[in-house]
Amino acid sequence: MKLFDSKSKQALKDPLMQDNPITFQVLGICSALAVTVKMDTAIVMSFAVVFVLTMSNTVVSIFRNMIPSRVRIIFSLLVISSLVTLTDQYLKAYMYDMSKELNVFLALIITNCIVLGRAEAFAMKEGPWRSFLDGLGNALGYGIILVAVAAFRELFGSGSLMGFQIISDSMYTSGYQNNGLMVLSPGAFIILGLIIWVQRTIGKIEEE
Amino acid sequence: MLEHYISLATKAIFIENILLAYFLGMCSFLAISKRVDTSIGLGFAVTVVLTITAPANWAIHHYFLRDGALSWAGLPTVNLSYLNFIVFIAVIAAMVQLVEMILDRFSEKLYHNLGIFLPLIAVNCSILGGSLFLVEREYTFIESTVFGFGSGLGFFLAIASMSSIRYKLRYSNVPSKLKGLGITMLLTGLLSMAFMAFSGIDL
Repeated sequence: MKLFDSKSKQALKDPLMQDNPITFQVLGICSALAVTVKMDTAIVMSFAVVFVLTMSNTVVSIFRNMIPSRVRIIFSLLVISSLVTLTDQYLKAYMYDMSKELNVFLALIITNCIVLGRAEAFAMKEGPWRSFLDGLGNALGYGIILVAVAAFRELFGSGSLMGFQIISDSMYTSGYQNNGLMVLSPGAFIILGLIIWVQRTIGKIEEE
Repeated sequence: MLEHYISLATKAIFIENILLAYFLGMCSFLAISKRVDTSIGLGFAVTVVLTITAPANWAIHHYFLRDGALSWAGLPTVNLSYLNFIVFIAVIAAMVQLVEMILDRFSEKLYHNLGIFLPLIAVNCSILGGSLFLVEREYTFIESTVFGFGSGLGFFLAIASMSSIRYKLRYSNVPSKLKGLGITMLLTGLLSMAFMAFSGIDL
């Protein structure tokens, strides 16, 4: 078996753009919006999801033939919540400020529909390697949208990117003001709505 | 004392609406709000489950998991709070199962209306989020019950109003690429902006 046959490639590549978990499959929006006020939280969150999703997909896929189908959801939830606990403890130990900022939203990866959704839809059927790639692809697709939303919100809401000031002081003195709406929750909804619009226009996707 | 609880409930329903301010429960919100009757069913089910799971998880956290909680068992130095996530999600899944069984036994009609949503609710972020918030904000038992009920009601309000908006929207001319998810996100943004007008109200 080749390492990257066409189907494995597809599993990795599709979710990045045309089958994106957030904008197309409509999974995992809850956490996507809450952590996107600043770019660094969005990036850490994306890494956490990459870890949890690839690991959970792989583990679920390894055990897929041993689990009775009646208890499969509980089993997946157990795997996912153990992984999330690991990530949470790691962040608490090494990046305490970040874990304070991410607050409960890191824990909410457990109920993030992407993780359970991919475990149900993909890992229960395919082998570990492909599930690993599918998890990686979906998590990266999620990360792309997260970082894009965060970039807009931080740039227009606080005038900075990754904490570095982008909009110069001379702009502020000549009357430029940060858009306060962007750091509040409506800003997140509207930016995500616009991103979905742009992406669907490029990708020529239509609903209904 | 009563005023304090009313104020807490108002905060949970309007000012810090769990869906529109904390983005919890978006997945089912977006998927279900296409139809008015199913939205009301889901909103009701979420309210019931949140009102039950919030105090249940409070009790488990308070008597078993928090730092020093096991001192009644002679283990004052044990801190099991790292088990929070796993235990909470297990409690929620069990509670959902329990509610489903009780409904099945006692109310055929309600079971048929809510039955399909109950499994969905176990993985609804707003339920787990509610439990995690009450730990973080160090609510008391009654406060967490009020908070659970208020959050559920807030979710109900948001999803019911969204589904009515989407119902009206069927007859409007939305750009084809914006149809469905895109326009729903924009509308949710506007709805959330409207709810922000409540902030500052203090009872």
